Amino acid sequence: MKRKYYKWGGFLILLLMLVMLAAIFSISSGELKIKLFDIPGIFRTNTGIEYSILTKIRLPRILLAFAVGGALSLTGAILQGIYRNPLVEPYTLGISGGAALGVALVIVLGVYLERGAFMLPVGGFTGASLSLILVYLLSFRRGNVNINRMLLIGVMVSFVASASMMFLMAVTTSENIHSIIFWIMGSLDEPNTTLIRITIIASLSGLLISIFFARPLNALRLGENKARNLGINSNKTIRILFLIASLLTGICVSVAGVIGFVGLIIPHIIRSLMGSDYRFLLLGSFLGGSFFLIVCDILARTIIAPNELPIGVITGIVGGVVFIIMLSKVKVAGN
Amino acid sequence: MKDFLLLNDFSCGYKNSFKLSDISFSVPKGDFAGIVGPNGSGKTTLLKGITGELKLFRGAVSLNTLNLSAMSLVEKARNIAVVSQFSEVADIPVEDYVLMGRLPYRTMWQFFETQNDLNVAERYMKLTNTFHLRHKLMTQLSGGELQLVSIARALTQEPKLLLLDEPTSHLDITHQVQILNLIQQLNIELNLTVLMVIHDLNLAGEYCDHLIMMKAGKVYLKGDPHEVLDYDHIEKVYNTVVITQKNPLSGKPVIFLVSGKVLSKRKNV
Repeated sequence: MKRKYYKWGGFLILLLMLVMLAAIFSISSGELKIKLFDIPGIFRTNTGIEYSILTKIRLPRILLAFAVGGALSLTGAILQGIYRNPLVEPYTLGISGGAALGVALVIVLGVYLERGAFMLPVGGFTGASLSLILVYLLSFRRGNVNINRMLLIGVMVSFVASASMMFLMAVTTSENIHSIIFWIMGSLDEPNTTLIRITIIASLSGLLISIFFARPLNALRLGENKARNLGINSNKTIRILFLIASLLTGICVSVAGVIGFVGLIIPHIIRSLMGSDYRFLLLGSFLGGSFFLIVCDILARTIIAPNELPIGVITGIVGGVVFIIMLSKVKVAGN
Repeated sequence: MKDFLLLNDFSCGYKNSFKLSDISFSVPKGDFAGIVGPNGSGKTTLLKGITGELKLFRGAVSLNTLNLSAMSLVEKARNIAVVSQFSEVADIPVEDYVLMGRLPYRTMWQFFETQNDLNVAERYMKLTNTFHLRHKLMTQLSGGELQLVSIARALTQEPKLLLLDEPTSHLDITHQVQILNLIQQLNIELNLTVLMVIHDLNLAGEYCDHLIMMKAGKVYLKGDPHEVLDYDHIEKVYNTVVITQKNPLSGKPVIFLVSGKVLSKRKNV
């Protein structure tokens, strides 16, 4: 038993170091190359163009990648746990569909032209909250939760939202379609520091609260009834975790768009390396997701510099390829 | 304690479909009781009613004079452990699975198992002869091993009442006897009260102190195996002709089934 804890500790330190390395690498790479050794000096003088690039552009971006990557991956781990289904990811719930529809409406109605770009995340979060309320009410109406029903409702809400979005795209200008598509592909380019702060605080508190539910989540691996016989209030646990997961998804999607794949594959990779104990899996997935998204963001910014690729493209390609290689080489735990 | 587990005018089940009614019986402390009855007679529903998985329509269940529906889930899990059949198994190491039996004892802020948790889990893994399996995954175990590990987890809950749902179905006779001998040993050595749903009437007769025979959502008969496993009762409840005799070694009732061919020959004679 002790040996397991040491293994967890070691892997956590490794992940933390990877996150820090990626962050350091990310801060020095970009259109304007800044040498690593110069960075402490630039911070000491705290003036000049290099200082503003570091603090106004690169640092916020890295922090946002850290928060969004961590939150999406954490959400994936939580949802795969409560649904006991390895194919579930943050976007299965219908929350992201609602967010995307909200943003599309803001774009099509031209609200953001009148009130500013800040309306995009506001629209996204409103859409996410509405679909969250819808899924929650439909799923938990009759006392006990039925996990499969909940999943189906989420998928259906997703379908309705994406169909409505296609309707909007069919009736609007090509300029608006372009904006919608680019928003959906996701970007970590967020000038508003308040939004970045909200995202960081939300994802860290989501992590903290969900770790509190690590042992109930462990019991839920056996199914709701067996967990119940072990004294776990399955119903309450699922409700709270569902709320945390959807709020995190809603915030991430509103701020950074639909960045796919992080929430699906990172929990898988961590699980196949370290087993399915949620006491480790939650924290491990968070750090793994942060690392992955920071690295993908470096690629998105540098591959076709000075232009930028949508980060969703990178996460999909890199993540998919890495995952396929892993599946063919590493024996997935349990087989 | 005479009425350790007491069901009084108990009724539970599913809305607008199957339900149990007028169930009243008691199981004394340290008893090894069995529930028998044909498929669909409500044996598993009865267990679900006792654990609280199904809400009671009427009546009450009490354990040691405490009303179970007033008990918190955690308190219930410290008093009652359930060994149910595995429909699907997760990728969990055996040791972690057994340690889940300590979940009802964790405190609010407890993240890791205590030394006592580890000791208790080890003790019951050794008792059930599953300690050597501790690093294997649940998915790598055979049916018999799964059942033993499940009993180890149940014991790790340190319950006062052990509920088992057909612990020997799908097992060969070696494992059937191994599992039931273990339960009997626990019943005697730990003075653990056992209530077990079991299909096999011969095993029920051989191992249980008392039997509760169910028919169509009601208790048809309760008593010691000799009274309950009488050919007359079995024919009425199961609609099947049987011969009952005594096991020459244990003196417990044994049931013989008779094929249709032999029966029709007898009738023609």
